[in-house]
Amino acid sequence: MLAKMVLFVPSFPQTPTEMSEIAEKVKAIIIDKLGVEASEVTPEASFTNDLGADSLDTVELIMEFEKEFNVSIPDDQAENIATVGQAISYLEEHAK
Amino acid sequence: MSLRRVVVTGIGAITPLGSTAPAYWEGLAQGVSGAGPITRFDASKFKTRFACEVKNYTPDDYFDRKEGRKMDLFTQFGVIASDEAIKDAGLHESGVNKDRVGVIWGSGIGGLTTFQQESFNFAKGDGTPRYNPFFIPKMIADSSSGNISIKNGFRGPNFVTTSACASSSDSIVSAYNYIRLGMADVVVTGGSEAAITEAGVGGFNALKAMSERNDDPATASRPYDKDRDGFVLGEGGGALVVEDYEHAKARGAKIYAEIIGGGLSSDAYHITAPDPTGEGVVLVMQNALRDAGITPEDVDYINTHGTSTPLGDGAEIKAIQKVFGEAAYNLNISSTKSMTGHLLGGAGGIEAVASILAIQHGIIPPTINHFTDDPELDARLNFTFNEAQKREVNIAVSNTFGFGGHNTSVVFRKFRD
Repeated sequence: MLAKMVLFVPSFPQTPTEMSEIAEKVKAIIIDKLGVEASEVTPEASFTNDLGADSLDTVELIMEFEKEFNVSIPDDQAENIATVGQAISYLEEHAK
Repeated sequence: MSLRRVVVTGIGAITPLGSTAPAYWEGLAQGVSGAGPITRFDASKFKTRFACEVKNYTPDDYFDRKEGRKMDLFTQFGVIASDEAIKDAGLHESGVNKDRVGVIWGSGIGGLTTFQQESFNFAKGDGTPRYNPFFIPKMIADSSSGNISIKNGFRGPNFVTTSACASSSDSIVSAYNYIRLGMADVVVTGGSEAAITEAGVGGFNALKAMSERNDDPATASRPYDKDRDGFVLGEGGGALVVEDYEHAKARGAKIYAEIIGGGLSSDAYHITAPDPTGEGVVLVMQNALRDAGITPEDVDYINTHGTSTPLGDGAEIKAIQKVFGEAAYNLNISSTKSMTGHLLGGAGGIEAVASILAIQHGIIPPTINHFTDDPELDARLNFTFNEAQKREVNIAVSNTFGFGGHNTSVVFRKFRD
């Protein structure tokens, strides 16, 4: 449902304090799956080093992103998504 | 080589009668039924619409959300029961050598909820596999013993026994063997199951193994009653901490009971039906008594498998009479499944706890829901019908039998130095 809503979000420049809808959703998924506090989910935060994810958690996160944003993230690109910020930029670029 | 003595130093249980071992015992002693309408899923189209569920269960009461999400319900029950037993035994407080502590758990099925959920999800999609990375580690039966050891840092022997409804008696016998052989000093053992799902209820209904007494769930599990019509599915887990006696003594542990024997056998007859001659069941009790070095006259109480099925109950009683002869009339016999329902691979765990607490309290928990004598069963036997009976229990035997023809008996004795 939300993935469909995202389709119609017009892209306009963000102010530094305002997060895109994609970023909000990415953050919500991370909070839900990793059981962390919202304040910990900063753009620089690494899933494994800062947010306590193990290798399986990381796979699950990528799958959740694919499902939520209706994208397919190839393994070689998934390897480069290690921080919150990297996930957001990837999805802002590729989400349909 | 001489075999070491093995004692029980901790117990834990999460059951349809109560979510701790003391609460479970209170339900047993009072003869309470754990049955009620199924709440875990919409059972309105199922032949059986009731079960013995663990009441008011919320994973958040026991686990942080991230931790709980990675465990199937049967593993959650296992961790909860074993946590209680480990705390009861004071293992961490004693600073035991964790390299010498094992976990040998029992589960007949494993993560059925997880398997079912992932299969549903796949079936709903377009054929693209989107299996969760936690699917396999949540589902496999040994994720229970794995999680218990990870949580506690126990690095000794670690595995799960699977023999359907005998699973957690087999785990207890294995734990007993590993300790008496000196391969571990302490083993956390028992078993758990959580099969009250569409697949579990639908599957057992198809086997025509479960009671369909939907108009009166509380009296549906009625072992040895003439009108019994099948077992009632239960869920939960039971745990024991079993320990080398010298090890327990050295750390000043309290001792509940001693395990003095284990017997195993197979029917070699049919994948689900019990052998009507009861030969495998005769053999398992003979093996257990021989291993324990006792005679039939020494036994006070048999906690029977007694699932409330027309065939199985009768076969077990005939086997008891064959093994015990005249001494059978001096036994207390009871099926606590009349109250808990049938926990499948968790049955041996909670029934071991029941047998040990019967020894401790000098009370035999009853076989509730007895209305009409079965003319096929010898009325001179004491089935402990409907109300608990006081009795000094020196030796208790716990029987469990599983689909596949697996039979296991464990012998517990009141502890004496």
